[in-house]
Amino acid sequence: MRINLPSVLTPLAGGHHTLDATGDTVGQAIDDIARRFPALSPRLRDSHGAPYPFVTIYLNDEDIRFLGGFETPVRPSDELSVVPAVAGG
Amino acid sequence: MTATSPGSTVAVDFAPDEYLRYSRHLILPEIGLDGQRALRRARVLLVGAGGLGSPAALYLAAAGVGTLGLVDFDAVDVSNLQRQILHGTRDIGRLKIDSARDRLADINPGVHVESFPVRLTAANAREIATGFDLILDGTDTFATRYLVNDLCVLLGAPNVYGSIFRFDGQASVFAAADGPCYRCLYPAPPPAGLVPACAEGGVLGVLPGLVGTIQATEAIKLITGAGTPLVGRLLLVDALHWRVRTVRVQRDPACPACGTRAIRDLTDAEQLCAVPVPDELDAAFGAVPDIEPVALAERLRSGHPIDLIDVREPHEWEIARIEGAHLIPLASLESRFHELSPDRDIVVHCKVGGRSAQAARRLRAAGFRHVWNLAGGIQRWSREVDPGVPEY
Repeated sequence: MRINLPSVLTPLAGGHHTLDATGDTVGQAIDDIARRFPALSPRLRDSHGAPYPFVTIYLNDEDIRFLGGFETPVRPSDELSVVPAVAGG
Repeated sequence: MTATSPGSTVAVDFAPDEYLRYSRHLILPEIGLDGQRALRRARVLLVGAGGLGSPAALYLAAAGVGTLGLVDFDAVDVSNLQRQILHGTRDIGRLKIDSARDRLADINPGVHVESFPVRLTAANAREIATGFDLILDGTDTFATRYLVNDLCVLLGAPNVYGSIFRFDGQASVFAAADGPCYRCLYPAPPPAGLVPACAEGGVLGVLPGLVGTIQATEAIKLITGAGTPLVGRLLLVDALHWRVRTVRVQRDPACPACGTRAIRDLTDAEQLCAVPVPDELDAAFGAVPDIEPVALAERLRSGHPIDLIDVREPHEWEIARIEGAHLIPLASLESRFHELSPDRDIVVHCKVGGRSAQAARRLRAAGFRHVWNLAGGIQRWSREVDPGVPEY
């Protein structure tokens, strides 16, 4: 499936703003890109592998916190988007 | 002013020149005379007269919003002018709200501007915001964003939200009737230091123009009842690749602000954000010590062997550097540990100290024992030690 990254994270993902990932759940897909881009890992989840309250991950257009979190099943045609909180004004 | 048109019994309430001023609104069926009247009755509070507040204030004044409240404690700095289009070069050093008042009066003398030259805090927020119909969040810290959100929920006033970083922007309307609030989207702020501020990470000057204008659009829609506001939706803008989309924001029944209503009073969000994540390394070894710029200069002058590591990016290194420093960008730190000796003193620095604090932690975790963080980064070095190093 495709994972969309905000521009702030692209330098940590080899300059890519989208990545292809594999996995049966949201967590597995996140694991996949975290393994390939270790610098990205701490920006996606905490040191225990849990989601941050300040980084929202969307499965298509739905916040995964209201689905099943990292356990939410995904299909190859799905799209994940990482949307971290930003505060600039 | 109220008058009666000759030959008509219809009461009119705009001066003749105002019909012309607002004619392009009046002929829009979605706004019309009723919408324009609503705009004139409206009281909008803008928190922040900076990047987002600038275009929002300009367009809301031009649109004929009757009362604009402006909250900003800051003065105009030359580094603001790349994006804060309310202010000009001649305004450098003036309070932003004074500069804004002059500019807005020129755009539309019919708009009443209320100025609040203070920092919005838990102590003054209610008093300032009471009586305003909606609040436009143009702030630039997580602390004030949570404060504005909780204020809006408690007052029942919509929070017209916008936020930016580098090339990415977000906009939404929180705390509207039956809609989610900012805490439903982000239950807690990131720990201090994890997310760089615009001063360190940069922002495309046009981006607050885009997002602040979206906020002004939403404010006008809420006031006039036109269209469908961004309630329950988050607009995401990636200006670098032109990806623009909306995603759903659900109301969280467990949200302490708008769900359980556990938050009954405003709290000093500054403290909330100032609490860092528990750091096992800090607990084991004590916090990473800072070194003052002047103290570092003295040590270097005395010939004390120090590895001075600059963890900024190469394009920042091109702008300014400290003589004798060695560039190792933060993202490549681990892969270049072999260039450093665990037995030597290491001082890390960045622009203002945030990234280098992370670098110092990571070095210590890897076994480098003698690590200091240059307080205030190259910015304070430029101000206090070597003015020949350009400040940016």
